[in-house]
Amino acid sequence: MRRSFFRKNLVTALLLAPAALWLVVFLVLPFVAIAIFSVGERAPEGGYQAALTFAQYANLPARATAFWNTMVLAPIGALACLLVAYPVAYYLALRAPDRWRLILLAMIVIPFWTSLLMRTYAWMYILGGRGIPALLTYVGIEDLRLINTPGAVLLGIVYGYLPLMILPIYVSLERLDRRLLEASADLGATPLSTFLGVTLRLSLPGVMTGFSLVMILLLGEYLIPTLLGGGKVFFIGNALVDLFLQSRNWPFGSAIAITLVLVSVVVLIIANRISTRLSGARRVDLI
Amino acid sequence: MRAFVVAVFAFLYLPIALVVLFSFNAGHHASEFTGFSVQWYGKALSNPFLVEALKNSLFIASTSALLAAFCGTAAALGLQRVGARTRALFDALLGAAIVVPGVVIGISTLVALVQLFAVVNPFLASLWPTDQPPKLSLGYGSIIAAHGLFSMALVTMIVGTRLSSLDRNLVEASSDLYATPLTTFRSIVLPQIMPAVIAGFLLAFTFSFDDFIIAFFVAGAQTTLPIYVFASIRRGVTPEINAIATIVLCASVLLVLLAQWQLGRRKPSP
Repeated sequence: MRRSFFRKNLVTALLLAPAALWLVVFLVLPFVAIAIFSVGERAPEGGYQAALTFAQYANLPARATAFWNTMVLAPIGALACLLVAYPVAYYLALRAPDRWRLILLAMIVIPFWTSLLMRTYAWMYILGGRGIPALLTYVGIEDLRLINTPGAVLLGIVYGYLPLMILPIYVSLERLDRRLLEASADLGATPLSTFLGVTLRLSLPGVMTGFSLVMILLLGEYLIPTLLGGGKVFFIGNALVDLFLQSRNWPFGSAIAITLVLVSVVVLIIANRISTRLSGARRVDLI
Repeated sequence: MRAFVVAVFAFLYLPIALVVLFSFNAGHHASEFTGFSVQWYGKALSNPFLVEALKNSLFIASTSALLAAFCGTAAALGLQRVGARTRALFDALLGAAIVVPGVVIGISTLVALVQLFAVVNPFLASLWPTDQPPKLSLGYGSIIAAHGLFSMALVTMIVGTRLSSLDRNLVEASSDLYATPLTTFRSIVLPQIMPAVIAGFLLAFTFSFDDFIIAFFVAGAQTTLPIYVFASIRRGVTPEINAIATIVLCASVLLVLLAQWQLGRRKPSP
């Protein structure tokens, strides 16, 4: 009896060991490493020199523009995504004909899993000098600048993250008890008040999940501001690439990375609080 | 509302369609389509740097996805057998592996590995009998490991979801009929979770093949396809990139469709 108990535990440990090792070596240790780096100093030739100082954190305002751009454009981008995504999710969950639903859903998921680089490149192509601006010269609008503007970055954000916003909202709307809608209508509610009081209210957990997911991924975004914002609209991700790969100020970069993770955690906690208040959080399957 | 939904689908697919269309453009200019040609595909595929990057990406994506499929499935099975606390700890770490932005994963892996190599390499050198000791450096291994982290978490999640909807009665019936745990696993559990494992593998492959930002930090001297494409985009948009983009998009779409088909199998229709 005791032997089989031991064997059962051994099997469990063997099953979990590779994943545990991976998580420790490539997630926990690296995180500890940048936490240590963030309280260090920059070596004269670049890289890291051991120290215990909060100078790197005190220096964060030096990259205030990157933080400002990210903190302004990420929520706006997530909100814009939400405004476009909600009607689509609503249609897919409650209005689409049954035989179309799965096909349309697949058509939403596919872009999410295709290269963000290639999809952002497509917009670079469209908004760039030989795309829409070239077409507009035919109708007399000259010298219109579309690429390398905050608007272009926002467009790229909505394009890139729309699928991720639609899916959780779809999931929460699809599980909605249709009888509640009928009950609301039977009790004399107008379609608008049914929507506001029942549909929207019950889909809020999905909205929160989508919003926080998109928001967190946007906080670390690099490709979209780089390709569609040129050198003009840069995010925290751009500052990090610069500090680690060009100016090699690793301690300062680590401090920024830690700050970024802390902000993400705060966003997640707030979103979680709101979701649990609005009736239990729900699972989201990304596929 | 329908018009709006149609417009959104057009918004999602028109830019991609445009890239595909212009990859077949005979002319150089993006603003006018001057005729059908596959010359850009020929140019792209005869570019040795590009082919090298493509080979690297294929190797890295298949290795990391394979490792992730094995370790992730094992972890999902193991998590069924542990207490609530261990499970919560694993779930938190796996969730972090998925949610932490790629840029942070890339940076922290870079920092940790560079420090690790600084310790390990002199140690190896002191042990090695000859003058040329092996030297660990960033490259294939670091990209595979960093991609594998996200992929493994993804596989664990997908397989775990499937396991939790597994019919327990079948497993109990099997052991009541004196099947060994291994036989039960092979004939009852494995066939049921296989579609999820395959889907996880395909998605992991797609993720690794498409990832730019993590590889950008930990690639060392290696080049993957997204890194190559990013560098050429910054030098200027050429029709050659349209051809590569089209190939990559088609490959991703194919893999995702395959993954969805695998996940859809054996699932009662909703």
